[in-house]
Amino acid sequence: MSASGNPGIGPATRLHVVSGKGGTGKTTVAAALALALADEGRRTLLVEVEGRQGIAQLFETEALPYAERRIAIGPGGGEVFALAIDAEQALLDYLQMFYKLGGAGRALRRIGAIDFATTVAPGLRDVLLTGKVCEAVRRRGKDGADWAYDAVVLDAPPTGRVARFLGVNHEVAGLARVGPIHHQAQAVMRVLTSPETAVHLVTLLEEMPVQETADGVAELRAAELPVGAVVVNMVRAAERLDIPLPERDPGLAAALGRAGLRGATRLAGPLLAQGREYAQRLALERAQRAELAGLGRPVRELPLLGEGADLAGLYRLARRLREFDWAGGA
Amino acid sequence: MDDAMNEGARETGQAPVPALAVDPLLDDPSVRIVVCCGSGGVGKTTTAAALGLRAAERGRRAVVLTIDPARRLAQSMGLTELDNVPRPVPGADRSAGGELFAMMLDMKRTFDEIVEAHSDPARARAILDNPFYQSLSAGFAGTQEYMAMEKLGQLAARDTWDLIVVDTPPSRSALDFLDAPQRLGSFLDGRFIRVLMGPAKAGGRAGRKVMSLGMAGLSLFTGTLGKVLGTALLRDVQTFVAAMDTMFGGFRARADATYRLLQAGGTAFLVVAAPERDALREAAYFVDRLKADRMPLAGLVLNRVGTSAASRLSAERALAAAEVLDAKNLASNGIVDHPAGDDASRSGRRSPEDHSPAAPGGSDAPAKTGDDASDRLAAALLRVHAERMRQLAREERTRARFTALHPEVPVVEVPALPGDVHDLAGLRAIGERLAGRGDQPTFA
Repeated sequence: MSASGNPGIGPATRLHVVSGKGGTGKTTVAAALALALADEGRRTLLVEVEGRQGIAQLFETEALPYAERRIAIGPGGGEVFALAIDAEQALLDYLQMFYKLGGAGRALRRIGAIDFATTVAPGLRDVLLTGKVCEAVRRRGKDGADWAYDAVVLDAPPTGRVARFLGVNHEVAGLARVGPIHHQAQAVMRVLTSPETAVHLVTLLEEMPVQETADGVAELRAAELPVGAVVVNMVRAAERLDIPLPERDPGLAAALGRAGLRGATRLAGPLLAQGREYAQRLALERAQRAELAGLGRPVRELPLLGEGADLAGLYRLARRLREFDWAGGA
Repeated sequence: MDDAMNEGARETGQAPVPALAVDPLLDDPSVRIVVCCGSGGVGKTTTAAALGLRAAERGRRAVVLTIDPARRLAQSMGLTELDNVPRPVPGADRSAGGELFAMMLDMKRTFDEIVEAHSDPARARAILDNPFYQSLSAGFAGTQEYMAMEKLGQLAARDTWDLIVVDTPPSRSALDFLDAPQRLGSFLDGRFIRVLMGPAKAGGRAGRKVMSLGMAGLSLFTGTLGKVLGTALLRDVQTFVAAMDTMFGGFRARADATYRLLQAGGTAFLVVAAPERDALREAAYFVDRLKADRMPLAGLVLNRVGTSAASRLSAERALAAAEVLDAKNLASNGIVDHPAGDDASRSGRRSPEDHSPAAPGGSDAPAKTGDDASDRLAAALLRVHAERMRQLAREERTRARFTALHPEVPVVEVPALPGDVHDLAGLRAIGERLAGRGDQPTFA
């Protein structure tokens, strides 16, 4: 898997976009990745855009405001900041930054223009969200030399929508053929399609998420967006079942009896049936692994957290992720 | 510990959770709409399809409205074309007098149809050709919700079906579509649309100047917008909004009507979840949200619930028994056939006392080869069982959190299938389980 030739956590990839089918735990993976990338002396920014406050829930803190604030120290010793982007605030920011429209911005809100821009107008919401993310990626540090953040991790919309979400600026650049929006959209697209960006897809070892991952990879490639790694989440530790499972074993009940279990004759049937179901699941998982390997991207596996993604579990995942390299793209 | 408590958890908890009876719901002729909502990845679409199939095979004329189903699930219902028209599902049993239709929402087509139905041909052309409209209708965030609401209204208005099963869009909040009328409303009632439309009605640039004469303040906005959007884009937006004005008005009235239809007695909402922390947290949110909107909640469908036909045997006892067999194996062969599993989950969890189960029977007899094989099999099966019991215990704890928040919500548990569903037989099996008639866990 690491035969992809990626040279370790490289300096090239600075924007990690994490997507995945609903229910695969993409927010958890994004958070763990932000922690993993925060090496000694480095800063990462974890961003969410769907207004769900998933980051705050994971880190067991209060709801995040529209501001970058430090929420954790990664296992490597670096700082992790978090930001929940609010489309309306991002629009006002944007108007202020580019047009110095503080007062007019508020007036726009009063007459419903901001509502229009952030909920009704096609794609504008996504333009604002991606624009804000790219601004954080390109922002210079205080001394002007380094980046403000060594890496930015985006908890992106689900696989089914991610290509469109990231490609929105391309579409907008087509709609607004000249003018400031056109330039802004093009600048964002340049970041998103550059080797600085990698789109990672989170999946489970089940048919539908794997199928959706394959579709997602194809869609991202068609949109010329850089596909990073495939992250297989919630991998259950497999009891090795490398012995043949017979249809029936007349000696099984006796063996259970020898183990000191009462009612062994009534246990034998159900246990054997469970064993066969288990073997079936393992076979299915093997098939899904093969399918994922065929996508031609590095595959990273993360264990199922028995007690759900609490803070301790998150760090466990982060430490696991640190064992992989995260220079996507190339 | 926790594992051993699994079986007793239900009894030791508070009042029993009411059971959700699916068949009476599907058979009730006054129920005309069933809405399935829940977070992504919990089997929402599969549940909707299985409910539709079961209703049809119990005698109802049912249509399943799905939004972006997984390809194989779509194929299982014979949905190969995405043509926005309900198609009969071949293979559904019609002997009870019912029939199953299914359709997949095509956002652009639905949108185009509204335009065509509510404007004269020239105006329709102008809208359909507008680049702004073209990207809006192609499905940016939000469009799906409007269109799902619109399509549901259309299907409900026809008398062709007596039951519509709706699978909600896979958006952040699957209930966003409830907001559709309100969001459109606040936009349409706002002054912004008038600002935008003024100049377009009066004819582009000249119009903007005319307007600025009368309303000095507004010129600031159009000027600002021109600056922000670029003049060409602003013109496109204005043309688009002006052309859509009448249509949007009608759309909003219809969305309002559909909203009220959902609140009425003929609708049943089902919240779908899996026994996982995130999914159940979302489910709790949906329950609250439905209450706030005064939408009729029928209950919670809990998919993929783990079961065991040997649940009387706890994880601890199973592991201890497996150890006994390992020790025998070691004694007779000098080999430890010890599976290398998840170190964190097993080692360090048990104390040495746990290793000694009740007196192993017949341990004095010299082991025969056949016995050895059976012992190894038994040990492996016991470990598999222990893993499953731990999973069951985890699910039970997760579930208890939801139940504590919403003890009043009726629940139906759907036991997990070993694989995914890709045909009608699979949907039928899910339907059986939804109705509580699948192979139920029996206790050894």
